[in-house]
Amino acid sequence: MAKTALQFRHNGRDVAIFVDGGTNLLVALRELIGDMTPKFGCGQGGCGACSVLIDGELHLSCLTLAETVAGRSVETLDGIKDGPSLHPLQRAFADNFAAQCGYCTPGILMAAKALLDRNPQPSRAEVVEAISGNICRCTGYEPIINAVLAAASVGRARA
Amino acid sequence: MTRHRGRGIASINYPIGMNLGGDPSQALVHSNPSGKFTVALSSIDLGQGMKSVTRQICAETLGVPVEDVYVDTADSDTGPHCMGSFASRGTHRVGNAVMMAAREARGVMMEAAAEELEVNAADLETDGRGNIHVKGAPHRSISTKDVAIAAQFKQGKTISGRGIFLVPLSDVDPETGEMSPATCYAHACLVAEVEVDDETGEVAMVRMDSAYELGRALNPRLVEQQLVGGAWMGISHALYETPEPYYPDPSHGPRDFVEYLMPGPGDICPHDIAVLERPAADGPFGAKGPGEMCANPVLPAVANAIFNAVGVRIDELPITPEKVLRAIKAQGGARPQARR
Repeated sequence: MAKTALQFRHNGRDVAIFVDGGTNLLVALRELIGDMTPKFGCGQGGCGACSVLIDGELHLSCLTLAETVAGRSVETLDGIKDGPSLHPLQRAFADNFAAQCGYCTPGILMAAKALLDRNPQPSRAEVVEAISGNICRCTGYEPIINAVLAAASVGRARA
Repeated sequence: MTRHRGRGIASINYPIGMNLGGDPSQALVHSNPSGKFTVALSSIDLGQGMKSVTRQICAETLGVPVEDVYVDTADSDTGPHCMGSFASRGTHRVGNAVMMAAREARGVMMEAAAEELEVNAADLETDGRGNIHVKGAPHRSISTKDVAIAAQFKQGKTISGRGIFLVPLSDVDPETGEMSPATCYAHACLVAEVEVDDETGEVAMVRMDSAYELGRALNPRLVEQQLVGGAWMGISHALYETPEPYYPDPSHGPRDFVEYLMPGPGDICPHDIAVLERPAADGPFGAKGPGEMCANPVLPAVANAIFNAVGVRIDELPITPEKVLRAIKAQGGARPQARR
C-alpha cells in the first residue's frame, strides 16, 4: 500500500511523516513520532487512555485516522508542561495523590485540560462529566476529581 | 416507582500475607561511595507505594534522610527473591526484610564511622540528617558520605546488609485442626447507604462510612489513597463487574471495556474514612497492610443495605439490576426493612 505524506503540528512543532492508509493517530504518535504519552488501552474508544487534543478539542487518538490531522494541531501530555515546570494540572495530580499505576493518567490529564481550557471554573458535576470517558482502576476517581478542582482554583488565584 | 433508602453494615478481619508453603521476601541494602543507599528488591510496585514505604523504612532504620535512599525494584534477575505483591503482604513482609537488611548495613556503617572517629561504635548515634556523632558530643561528628568513602577506599569494607522475612509454613494440628496461617490481622467496619429503585432494580451508592485498623500507617496519604481506591473496587465488585454475567454460558460475557461494566466517576459517593492505628508486634514500625482488605467490607455492607432497603437478599455477585428486580418480583414487591 502506498504511503501518504502527512504534516501537522505536534505540541507546537511541525512534523512530517509517512503513514500507511488506515494508520490511526495513536500509532502515528507512538511509533512514528516517538511520543509515548498517549497510551494504548483498548483500541476501540472505550477507555480514554489515548486521549489527545486536536485543535484544542478532545479526541480519542485510537479512533482517529492519522491522515485527518493534516495541517492541524495535535497536543499530547508531552506538550503540556512548561519547560521543567509541571503544568498546574500535573502539580495538582501529584499533590492530591490522583495517580497510582499511572496508565490512565495521561488521558485523564488531557480530558481535564480540555475542560479547563473551555471552562476555567467547572463545578464538581462538570469535572465528573469531563472525565467520564476515562477508565481508572486504581484511584476510585475521587482524588482525580479533587485534583482537577484544585487545579481550577489555582488558575482562579492566578487570574 | 419508588426509590428506597437502605443502610447496611459489615465487619471484616483480614490476614496479612498468605501461608501456602511459607511466605518469605528478601531485601539487600548497600551504600554507594556517595553516601547514598540502594535497596535492591524484586517486589512489584503497581502504584500502591511499595517503593515509597520501603524507602521510608530503610531510611528510618539506617538513620539517614529519606532522600539518601533509592529503591531499585521489580526485576527478578537483579533483585533478591520476593513472593510477590499480593495478599496485602508488601509493607509487612518486604518492609520487615528491608528493616533487617538496613540494620545489618547500619551496623557496618557505625563500625566504619567508629574507626574514623576513633571511638567505640556503641557510643555513636545518627542524627537522621546524614551525620553520625558521638552521643552527647555532636561536634565529634562525621557525615555518612565521608563514612562511605572511608569504608570503600580506606578500610575496604562494604556497608551492606541482607534481609529476609519468613513466615514459615503453618501445619495443621492433626488433633485439633488448628493452624496459624497469619501472624497479624487488619480489621475494618463499613456502613453503606444505598438507594434502590424498585422499578428498574438499579442500586445507587449514597454514602459510605468506614473505620480501618491496619497497624501503624507508615505513609498516611498512601494509606488513604489505597482505602479510597479500594472502596471503589468494592463497589464495582458488589454492583457491576463480572466476566461471566450468565455463567456458565460465556457467549454473552463482556469482551472489552465497552461491555465490561465498572462504576464511573459519576457513580461514586462520599466516603468518610477513619484510620485507627494499633501497631502490630511483628510489623515494621508496627505496620500491617492496607491492601486488598480495603475492597472487602464494601460487598457485604452493600448487600445488607439492599436488604434493608427493599427486603431482598441477593447472595450472588455482582448485585445487578436484573437480580434485584427478579427478587423484588418474586416476593411480590419491595419490603423496606426497619431503618437502623
